[in-house]
Amino acid sequence: MSDLRILKEKLEQQFSGKLSECSIAHGEVTIEISAENLLDVCTGLRDDAGFKFEIMVDLCGIDYLEYGSTEWTTNASTDTGFSRGVSRERCWSPEDVEEGSGRFAVVIHLLSIFNNQRLRVRVRLENNQLPLLPSVTGIWSSADWYEREAFDLFGIVFEGHSDLRRILSDYGFIGYPFRKDYPLTGHVEMRYDPEKKRVIYQPVTIDPRVLVPKVIRNDHRYESGQPKESAQQEGGASDA
Amino acid sequence: MPDLRNFTLNFGPQHPAAHGVLRMILEMDGEVIRRADPHIGLLHRATEKLAESKPYNQSIGYMDRLDYVSMMCNEHAYVMAIEKILGVEAPVRAQYIRVMFDEITRILNHLLWIGAHGLDVGAMTIFLYAFREREDLMDAYEAVSGARLHATYYRPGGVYRDLPDRMPQYESNKFRSKKDASRLNKNRQGSLLDFLEDFTNRFPTYIDEYETLLTDNRIWKQRLVGIGVVSPERAMQMGFTGPMLRGSGVEWDLRKKQPYEVYDKMDFDIPVGTNGDSYDRYLVRMEEMRQSNRIIKQCVDWLRQNAGPVMLEDHKITPPNREHMKGDMESLIHHFKLFTEGFSLPEGEAYAAIEHPKGEFGIYLVSDGANKPYRLKIRAPGFAHLSSMNEMVQGHMLSDVVAIIGTQDIVFGEIDR
Repeated sequence: MSDLRILKEKLEQQFSGKLSECSIAHGEVTIEISAENLLDVCTGLRDDAGFKFEIMVDLCGIDYLEYGSTEWTTNASTDTGFSRGVSRERCWSPEDVEEGSGRFAVVIHLLSIFNNQRLRVRVRLENNQLPLLPSVTGIWSSADWYEREAFDLFGIVFEGHSDLRRILSDYGFIGYPFRKDYPLTGHVEMRYDPEKKRVIYQPVTIDPRVLVPKVIRNDHRYESGQPKESAQQEGGASDA
Repeated sequence: MPDLRNFTLNFGPQHPAAHGVLRMILEMDGEVIRRADPHIGLLHRATEKLAESKPYNQSIGYMDRLDYVSMMCNEHAYVMAIEKILGVEAPVRAQYIRVMFDEITRILNHLLWIGAHGLDVGAMTIFLYAFREREDLMDAYEAVSGARLHATYYRPGGVYRDLPDRMPQYESNKFRSKKDASRLNKNRQGSLLDFLEDFTNRFPTYIDEYETLLTDNRIWKQRLVGIGVVSPERAMQMGFTGPMLRGSGVEWDLRKKQPYEVYDKMDFDIPVGTNGDSYDRYLVRMEEMRQSNRIIKQCVDWLRQNAGPVMLEDHKITPPNREHMKGDMESLIHHFKLFTEGFSLPEGEAYAAIEHPKGEFGIYLVSDGANKPYRLKIRAPGFAHLSSMNEMVQGHMLSDVVAIIGTQDIVFGEIDR
């Protein structure tokens, strides 16, 4: 545990003013930086003897659009009883999607073999319309495909990436499938058309359904972190 | 003089040596490769997105289907990430069972790898040998979980059930005589642990058999020595982990360096290569099988002597047993809530990594406090390895591409996710 604290202190010392957050949770150190400091900080993290993060283990995008919203309210019972929660209600408006900031983030996981330590770097992206950040392919070449993946799935653009093509989705795919406003069923389905004698794409014919509604339980066993409402509700989450 | 130019060659996606659905666009200069552009995603099922729409326990089965030759290791990383956020630890017997099955899985994976790699390079026999031993290990999977491949055996808080006291038996039918059946059942008379002990006693001689077929084989060496050489610096730059990194001479194994479960109590060695070529990676993996065999032996010994629970008693996370459920209201409520709504994780994020047979397999889990993951990112080792394909094949011949795919131990379930 103390190793983490040493790492945290070192990070705060080396990159003072550039870290908007530096925390330890679950035995992992997380720092949050802005996109303009990314290359600076990452070069330091790779080359500085105290860090020596030679391996970029993972890079991924996150869409925070629906963070903390639920599909099923459980705290207050109603006269009508609980809904089955199978029809999906949006917790966001089109304006949230288009405007504002901080919807997307890129998370980088680093590993130092030299010092046997790990670090998580999170970059919150300013622009929701065009999430943009510099590419780290110049620092770790393994970032190449990971950045292509984040671009493919979230539409995050990496400036300076030499070959930012889609990687996982189909040839000619439209949209960014891992964004929270992209339905799980997708928009098109493919079938063989016996009349045209070829495979065609058509709009999906299945309705999006929720099988198990998303519920947030304010479980008092986990309350050490942030203060949560003490009101406990029925059944599962309350400790007997 | 005819005008000679590079031409492009399409390799895959339906090719027996492409290990699934790899499509590569190869830019050739005669028979020499100048550039390789792998096209992946033909097996993309959006596992991560699917997991976002399901309670935590319902996604364990998806993990098996990622790297479908090392099923339980995938589950392991996933349940470890959940346990990390919940702040719970599996009972020690469950930890030993997990370590044992991780190592069984490693042998399963490496056996498939050596079989397929051999077949790609032109060694037919090894494939048949390797699958003979895989059969025994898949029987162990079956005995413990009921499924030969997609086990769904690890659960947050332990493993699904304790090890069985008897092994499933072969039956005679019109294709298999009574004599054959009883021969096959000979080492299946005792418990699973007896069966595994018998296997661990036999297995080293099997590896010797494989080695007599390959290690000093002239053709095998001609096809692997000096092929796909990666320096340790480049290996780290390109995000290599596991045998790919160790083959390049970097001594790094999560089981030793960042031990999880009970690996710190196990006695085993990490093999490391020196040249960073395909042959060294072959040797590293062969030695890893021997080391896994040692670990399984130690686990079997421990598990014989120490009984105990294999699942946490915390019924907010783990289901109560069926008997209690029938008589106890509280248990019935727990059961109902767990199987309809599932359990909720506290808000937070965690990255859990394990030493998967192919490298570092990690699960990055973000929870917003709900009963489903907010974001699940699967860090597949093969993804990083395959992304180095272009660099590894440059300047090699077309036939070496197949050898390099083999040495990277590519499985598309995890790369495409």
